[in-house]
Amino acid sequence: MPGLDVRLASTAFDPAAELAAFTAGHPQAGGVVSFLGQVRAEAPGSAVEALELRHYGPLTLPAMRDLGTAVLERWVLEGLLIVHRSGVMVAGDPIVLVAAAARHRRDAFAAADFAMDHLKSESWFWKREKVAGQWRWIEPRAQDFEDLARWS
Amino acid sequence: MAIRLVFLGRLEDAAGASEREVATAPSLDALYAGLEPDLAAALQADRIKLAHNGALLRAGDAPQLTDGDELAFLPPVSGG
Repeated sequence: MPGLDVRLASTAFDPAAELAAFTAGHPQAGGVVSFLGQVRAEAPGSAVEALELRHYGPLTLPAMRDLGTAVLERWVLEGLLIVHRSGVMVAGDPIVLVAAAARHRRDAFAAADFAMDHLKSESWFWKREKVAGQWRWIEPRAQDFEDLARWS
Repeated sequence: MAIRLVFLGRLEDAAGASEREVATAPSLDALYAGLEPDLAAALQADRIKLAHNGALLRAGDAPQLTDGDELAFLPPVSGG
């Protein structure tokens, strides 16, 4: 039975430590593929001061767990890790870490890619940015839905 | 007693707060009738999903509301 570790982090997490622990926990895997999403530094002169992700407790983490279960059913994995931030972040802060451990690398690559596309477009998060001291909500991106359509 | 309304994303700006308690109303229509018209319209706009006590509703569902219920209004998600 492959291991599933799905967490919602309300404060900063350490992606390197998470990945080291995950990898150590799956010695039978031949490979581990990971994706780290971080708050990008804007060009000099850009005014984005902070980013906030809001979630809704009754839906957000349960849906992330459902996604993790779907990934494990679709690919042959030894383990899957999903850690996603909520709350206020600044440039350089980790937002999301997905890691898939598998005996064979193609399953690990595909599983991590699938999990990210679904997290980006379907998980219950709402994003806003602080620009010049004012918060504004961010609307969904069409690209995220195109990414999702790759899997249907 | 009351019903707790939770406003996610841009609906927080429309409501002026992330949560609000309103007097218990028996149905969604009755509840909307007690809100400011602009807010009621924003909550019923296309692509706004609802969760009743943490469970997603489908389009056209007409839940029976009782004291202590929580209704969350969920605009399209905007990703991580």
